[in-house]
Amino acid sequence: MMAIKMKKGSPITDKIFKYVAIGAATYVLVIIIMIVVNLTTGSAQVWQQEGISFLTGSDWNSVEGRESYGAAPYIMGTLVNAGIAMAISIPLSFGIAMFLSELAPKLLRTPLAMVIELLAAVPSVVYGLWGLLVFRTYIQNWIEVPLHNLFGDQSIIFAGTPFGLDILTASIILAIMIVPTIASISKEIMLAVPNSQREAAYMLGATKWEVFRIAVLPYSKSGLIGATILGLGRAVGETMAVTMLIGNATGAAAFPSSLFGPGQTLASIMANEFAEASQGGLHLAALVGIGLILFLMAFAINVVAHLLVAKVVKSHEGAVLA
Amino acid sequence: MMETMTKIPLKDNSTEDVKYKLIAENISASYDGIIAVKNVSMKFRDRAVTALIGPSGCGKTTFLRCLNRMHELTKNATLTGRVLLDGEDLYSNKVDPIINRRKIGMVFQKPNPFPTMSIYDNVACGLKLNGVKDKKIIDEVVEGCLKMASLWDEVKEKLKNPGMSLSGGQQQRLCIARALAIQPEVLLMDEPASALDPIATQKIEEMIQELKKEYTIIIVTHNMQQATRVSDYTGFMYLGDLVEFGETKQIFENPRNEITAKYVQGQFG
Repeated sequence: MMAIKMKKGSPITDKIFKYVAIGAATYVLVIIIMIVVNLTTGSAQVWQQEGISFLTGSDWNSVEGRESYGAAPYIMGTLVNAGIAMAISIPLSFGIAMFLSELAPKLLRTPLAMVIELLAAVPSVVYGLWGLLVFRTYIQNWIEVPLHNLFGDQSIIFAGTPFGLDILTASIILAIMIVPTIASISKEIMLAVPNSQREAAYMLGATKWEVFRIAVLPYSKSGLIGATILGLGRAVGETMAVTMLIGNATGAAAFPSSLFGPGQTLASIMANEFAEASQGGLHLAALVGIGLILFLMAFAINVVAHLLVAKVVKSHEGAVLA
Repeated sequence: MMETMTKIPLKDNSTEDVKYKLIAENISASYDGIIAVKNVSMKFRDRAVTALIGPSGCGKTTFLRCLNRMHELTKNATLTGRVLLDGEDLYSNKVDPIINRRKIGMVFQKPNPFPTMSIYDNVACGLKLNGVKDKKIIDEVVEGCLKMASLWDEVKEKLKNPGMSLSGGQQQRLCIARALAIQPEVLLMDEPASALDPIATQKIEEMIQELKKEYTIIIVTHNMQQATRVSDYTGFMYLGDLVEFGETKQIFENPRNEITAKYVQGQFG
């Protein structure tokens, strides 16, 4: 029998493959550790000075000799701003996704999906400028003035002079910005539900809505939660457009009370003030501290998202595999 | 207990020799530009099993899906012809497709229980969907249907477990129970045993024999032994045409058409 020469494996390429992969994976860890270390050391000064009141206080004074920093109004501002944006964008996004996956004729589905992805790609400064120059006047004239005239005296949330540069406008623009993200991911998730599930529901005499409710929604629940959390992550961290529209109050005045009052978020105060803060000063440490809070918030959102998705997946094991 | 669930037949069968539950007239159907069914007419007898056989791509599944208006849910589907259930045209504008699908139950090729629902809820969901709220009635129907699908003994201790926790064959019987729960008059089965092992297949076949006492059953199969075992009538389809239709015994033992003969003898397919 003829002896055939075959190569004796390839230990070198295997080693290269191994170390390239490990190296690439290490990069992620290195970056995250650097971020945490830099944010912590950079803000150490403000934690020493203010202690817990950096989280709970509402003073914000960068005048030398009277320096005092408290992030509470901006933490609240971020939560309120993102909360309103989510309340607007979730029903809108799911509506779009439902239409695209369940109702839209194929001819309409593809172009509409492309338009949505296009919206997701518009830079936030463009949304901000449009909001500042155009959209603000719509909000002011058509929503804020009428609501203020009707309820302004009786309720806190519609109090204040409607000026258009406020929490409401910033939240609505933010909602417009995150709708494309949530909608396009949700659409993909709903389209991934196998047709056999829909047919099973149709066979039981379900209407289109019932098919969605009993076949599509339970199957895609975990994915939809994931899509929502991605949107929330973006809402919490979004900087440019919010900074341009939220009115940029500081200190106790930034506590969100009226929808028509100016506010401030963690991201926007950093964008507003980092150029004014001098190197090595307490002001800069405070801004880095804000960054640390924002980082931890984003981290918490992600952890909660993973737990939620895991819980939903566990409650119907096999659904994702089926 | 199934007696309480089953409707008393309104029509008197004695006046006619043969009662056809479902009549398909001149059905032509296509999807994505492919003509799958060409002018097929067939009559299905009440409380009998009719098998549709033929090689892959002969249009038997598409034809089956025309019988409960499931075909129109397919992308780019077209359809002409009439389907009469107890003399009423399913495709007339006056008829609601939702009511139809409820009267004509369907079991699919691959078991497709609802993954987030328990065994109990999988069977109960059709009732709930159609407005039944009485827990006692639902309990009774769930038990009855699981018994008819000969699954009750295997699951009665764990009705709250997810439907997906069952084996493939059990899942398929669960899907049959689910289809029976809304008390259809006709049961369409699209190769219900093709994804199952021989023992599970045998269970399904035995069940079909039981079910035919109460339902009109139409079963698509590519397994010719199965057709001979379970069916009273057989239609042989080839390239979208109905080549031959007759009593199962005649089709397999004494086919009139040359292509049918070749197919049932296993010369192609």
